Amino acid sequence: MMKPVQPDRAPQTLAQKLIARAAGRDFVTHGEIVNCQVDLAMFHDSSGPRRLKPMLEELGAPIWDKSRVVLVMDHYVPAQDEDSKRIVRIARDWAREQDLPHVYDSQGICHVVLPQNGHIVPGRFCVGGDSHSPTGGAFGAYMFGIGSTEMLGVVVTGEIWVQVPQTIRMIWDGVLQKGVCAKDMMLAMTQRFGMNGGGYQAIEYAGSTVKALSMPERMTLSNMSAELGAQVGLVAPDEVTRQWLGQLDQPVNLDPTDIHHWQTDEGAETQDHHFDGAALSPMVAAPHSPANTRAVSEFAAQSIQVAYVGACTGAKHADMRAAASVLSGQRVAQGVNLLVAPASLRDLALAKADGTHQILKDAGAQFLPSACGACAGYGNTIKGDVNVISTTARNFKGRMGDPQSQVFLASPYTVGASALRGRVTDPRTILNTP
Amino acid sequence: MSDVTQTVITTGRAWCLGPNVDTDALAPGHAMSKGIEVIARHCLEDVRPEFSTRVQAGDCLVAGAGFGIGSSREQAASVLVTLGVRAVIAPSFSGLYFRNAFNVGLLLVTCPRATDVADGDALTVAIDPRDGVTVASAQLGPLEVSPIPDFLLRRVLLGGLLNELKELKLKEKHV
Repeated sequence: MMKPVQPDRAPQTLAQKLIARAAGRDFVTHGEIVNCQVDLAMFHDSSGPRRLKPMLEELGAPIWDKSRVVLVMDHYVPAQDEDSKRIVRIARDWAREQDLPHVYDSQGICHVVLPQNGHIVPGRFCVGGDSHSPTGGAFGAYMFGIGSTEMLGVVVTGEIWVQVPQTIRMIWDGVLQKGVCAKDMMLAMTQRFGMNGGGYQAIEYAGSTVKALSMPERMTLSNMSAELGAQVGLVAPDEVTRQWLGQLDQPVNLDPTDIHHWQTDEGAETQDHHFDGAALSPMVAAPHSPANTRAVSEFAAQSIQVAYVGACTGAKHADMRAAASVLSGQRVAQGVNLLVAPASLRDLALAKADGTHQILKDAGAQFLPSACGACAGYGNTIKGDVNVISTTARNFKGRMGDPQSQVFLASPYTVGASALRGRVTDPRTILNTP
Repeated sequence: MSDVTQTVITTGRAWCLGPNVDTDALAPGHAMSKGIEVIARHCLEDVRPEFSTRVQAGDCLVAGAGFGIGSSREQAASVLVTLGVRAVIAPSFSGLYFRNAFNVGLLLVTCPRATDVADGDALTVAIDPRDGVTVASAQLGPLEVSPIPDFLLRRVLLGGLLNELKELKLKEKHV
């Protein structure tokens, strides 16, 4: 006879464990609504002070715990016009007034700056005032995006409700081909499941392919969980996580128990999908949806005028290296404008240190500030009726600033290869040529 | 919802839209540095250019699946409140947009048959103490909808989370 399972002994998913801890419970059940204590609340110049300050004043309420708040100026910097200047000024003045301990002004994009400064570690429960906040899930933290009014609630009470999600496991096995990377995996998933296929549940990326990915690559998967409509996109922490956090300027030293506990238990209830990493080809999403994806070979005749390596999704040091590996010793095709906006100043410094920056410059790249830039279409936009191939996450109509433009999403390898040829190009054709 | 008597949220005209209406279509990036009144003038400019000038207080949006996908910018929900839209009815919503909408006082109703509703149909949306949220179309009759947790219905009736927090603050003062 089978022993009855004690609720607190039943196998749990990583998502359940993370929520249970934040809710002060031993166990939470799928579908129940619980209140969680927030370990970290991040917001930026657009979603943060300009919206929060007036509401806090209207309420007459203070910030619940300033040590748990992180402010990043990345959307409207460097300020392009009067409105942008005003928004950035509000953020700077408010940060000073409030004496906030964690402020990153013009240091890079929030989702990359946060982990690089040790704010995201396994087991934490975090919210961000930006839809790509699931990026934090790459470190085994429960992190999701919320709007400004909900952020007000967090900033005042330190709490937020969640409905305990089901876990959808995306299990990838096999070794990726040279020139194929996490971005291609992600575009293959948006193609298969659509932009709301995650149904606001928890996605967990697993399998040997995922285990073999570096932290920046895992961040790309978690980041674009937003494009699958998931609440979070988790990767269970392991030795790769521990080593990456240990090499930061201000290292985070994880205890082995920090890793062992934050795993989905054997036998936990999950919905599993399997993928063959070895068979994956570079993928491209055509206008105007990240789900409008096909294999790169189907775009062979597509000309491009702008190649953009940017955003939290696609301009980390590893992404710039990938683009540089294709462009090394060569120049972009005539008439192609290659733009590179490193995700953070740290990523830019790493690119300078290992020669990536020089390779890209020699190839004709124009470097832009480490900020959200054209990705959000808020500041530095790409104007006109042009075809853009981009490492960013979204290609909604008008997203990069002009409804006339046609934006194709691809990996940094594919963007580099396409810049070289002036048309959408499979990077394997360049990398495999001796 | 034992503390609520039946509240008719609206009887208004249905504006029909396709699937996957994204946040950037509702609140375009180029207008995001402005105040909500200005962003509202650009709401759906690439999808239904006449929308922001013709919509009337009490109207409803009826959309295909995946309404509100994309950004966390809650202006994508606030613009509809600003324009007088009382409810959005669709077979499914982005989870993030769903939270934002209730936080700014916009009712979202998940309705599998939303795509059967014709443009210009009259919709009556109500919140009932026993049945929760109900939607009836003049042409199709009552429509089956998914239940919404009581705390979210209460939040919408209060006009959003800010008002709820104010109420909480008042109660604290009394204690």
